Amino acid sequence: MGARVNAVPARTSPARANLRLARFSRSREGRNPRNGFREALYVINALIFRAFRRTPVNSFKWLASAILLGVLAAGCGQKAEEGSTIRIGSVSPLTGPQTHIGKDNENGARLAVDEINAQGLVLGGKPVKLELIGEDDQAEPKTATIVADKLLDAGVVAVIGHLNSGTTIPASKRYHDAGIPQISPSATAVAYTAQGFRNAFRVMANDAQQGKALGQFAVGKLGARKVAIIDDRTAYGQGLADEFEKAAREAGAEVVAREFTNDKATDFSAILTSIKGKSADLVFYGGMDPQGGPMAQQMKRLGLNARLLGGDGLQNANFLKLAGADGEGVVASSPGLPLEGMPGGSAFKAKFEAKYGPIQLYAPYAYDAVYILVEAMKRADSAEPAKVVAALPQTDYQGVTGPLKFDEKGDTVGGAVTMYEVKNGAWTVLETVK
Amino acid sequence: MEIFTQQLINGLVLGSIYALVALGYTMVYGILELINFAHGEVTMIGAMVALTVIGALVGLNPELPGLIVVLGGVLVAIPACMALGFAIEKVAYRPLRHAPRLAPLITAIGMSIILQNAAMLIWGRQYVSFPPLLPQERHEILGAHITDLQIFIVVLSFAIMGGLWLLVERTRLGRAMRATAQSKEVAQLMGVNVDRIISATFIIGSALAAIAGVMVSAYYGLAHYYMGFMLGLKAFSAAVLGGIGNIAGAMLGGLLLGVIEALGAGYIGDITGGFLGSHYQDVFAFFVLIGVLVFRPSGLLGERVANRA
Repeated sequence: MGARVNAVPARTSPARANLRLARFSRSREGRNPRNGFREALYVINALIFRAFRRTPVNSFKWLASAILLGVLAAGCGQKAEEGSTIRIGSVSPLTGPQTHIGKDNENGARLAVDEINAQGLVLGGKPVKLELIGEDDQAEPKTATIVADKLLDAGVVAVIGHLNSGTTIPASKRYHDAGIPQISPSATAVAYTAQGFRNAFRVMANDAQQGKALGQFAVGKLGARKVAIIDDRTAYGQGLADEFEKAAREAGAEVVAREFTNDKATDFSAILTSIKGKSADLVFYGGMDPQGGPMAQQMKRLGLNARLLGGDGLQNANFLKLAGADGEGVVASSPGLPLEGMPGGSAFKAKFEAKYGPIQLYAPYAYDAVYILVEAMKRADSAEPAKVVAALPQTDYQGVTGPLKFDEKGDTVGGAVTMYEVKNGAWTVLETVK
Repeated sequence: MEIFTQQLINGLVLGSIYALVALGYTMVYGILELINFAHGEVTMIGAMVALTVIGALVGLNPELPGLIVVLGGVLVAIPACMALGFAIEKVAYRPLRHAPRLAPLITAIGMSIILQNAAMLIWGRQYVSFPPLLPQERHEILGAHITDLQIFIVVLSFAIMGGLWLLVERTRLGRAMRATAQSKEVAQLMGVNVDRIISATFIIGSALAAIAGVMVSAYYGLAHYYMGFMLGLKAFSAAVLGGIGNIAGAMLGGLLLGVIEALGAGYIGDITGGFLGSHYQDVFAFFVLIGVLVFRPSGLLGERVANRA
């Protein structure tokens, strides 16, 4: 603002200054018709500039005063705004290799915000509007905390995000300190809700729930009696394998081997041969597709007639490519329902795709997360973070992705996990476990 | 028993690949007393080039028989790697021929990093899959399983090693290489073009690396810009185990290391009662390396380096 005024010659005719003043206030007017106080400040501000311009003064002095007044106006404006617009943050990677998934999350949240605004939301007897502020954390833990601070500075009352566990966990500390509710649509690491933060929630099954579902499925549905477990020693792979082991033992299976590899290895023939010697009928792998694919091939090569089972690290298109024909019959899970199986899946798909194109991955979860947040605001009859945090645990919502309730940690109760099997070179849905 | 046989077969296949790569290390060391740490990356580039050609051939005509497609990939990868090996020597080692021995070692490591990053830029970070073109028919031997591809890998490795043996022992080039290894100065005085011999050594080693790279990626079904690093270190350990500078030693060392690794990883869990697991698979190569350096620094078949200097 200061620079713009500065560019004008110090002496202008009163008529021209008046014209500019009129244009100035009009441009602001369109934005915030209800906000009289803010408008008045802009007018006063502009009048002062005009007064300064009449007399040749030290340009630095009035530049400083302009900045000061501008800040004052913005600050007061925000305060005055509170009853009318509620800011909600949405954080996901919007640059880098995960951009498409990140944008998908943001669009899911935006669709919900637009719908709620169209319906009209009334809190504390006053009509309010939601404003979604989308931020980019680049899937980087470091950037995540910077973005979190940015959103807190912008005065958001809640955050939908982040997308990855690796970014959600460091950022959650900031939101917790600020006392604002955070709902992640897609972070599955157990650690996120295990921190004891009362403001942290997620709407997707976590890795523990997935491991448990896998263990029960392996014994109950696949009839595994002797299972061998391999993991890649990453936080994800090891955590999932541990949960699987617990559940498989509880369901009555015998764990004949517990082996480890690493997330760079390609040769598993020694491990698999020794597993073959223990006549395992199921091999569980906790890890990602670059190891899972070759593992499936090497199992076939060794004549190891056990089924390969994995988590969402395997349930992707890349696994199919790497495993080739040897991937047939491999079973893997993924948290959540397949879109076609979601209660509101097809309706959501139609709505979403009309506006943003094909759904990438987690958009329905981001959409539900916004609705859960707004439901909690309605129950609290306020957008005040403390009250919303207090109201969120009572969530009982029938969302697009299924019924949503939270346990005492903030995890979804009975989060769904879907099992897929490779049939004819494609992942096909076996069943959904709750 | 069949488990033991199976581990032995696993180790043999792995070992014959190690041996091919180890030959590249040992030949260069024998002549220049330099460890070419970029050799593992040459293997990786070989695999990547072959996969690119294979992908293009399959894209052009999916009806082509798998063997011909793979052969096409190998036939492009070999000259590509030969050129790369020649260039590496020219750029990174020849200018430092008379520099202290630490200098070419550092350029070797620098070269390996450059090649890795170049491959990452060209082919990306993701794993590239090797299409299922080769026969994977399984056969049973003493209760263990071996596939056509595994048999092929072992047979081809032995054939190549035999060919190299003949080249070094029975040809003019081989004699010149042995002479250069004995003493560069004297060989030069006897009319051997030492620079050309050194280039030839790099070129031959790189051709072997290209073949090994294709073997590894066919065997595991994938290739990756990082795959040359561990493979190179293991092949280097194999060369040291056999006696670095000694061609027969590299072959023996490679095979032995493969078998040690497979048996070690297969049985360590049972022997230690689960205290140590098969994730220590990669460690065995380095245990062997340290063991050899402590107890028999010249390796199994190597002569005493100290006497030669």
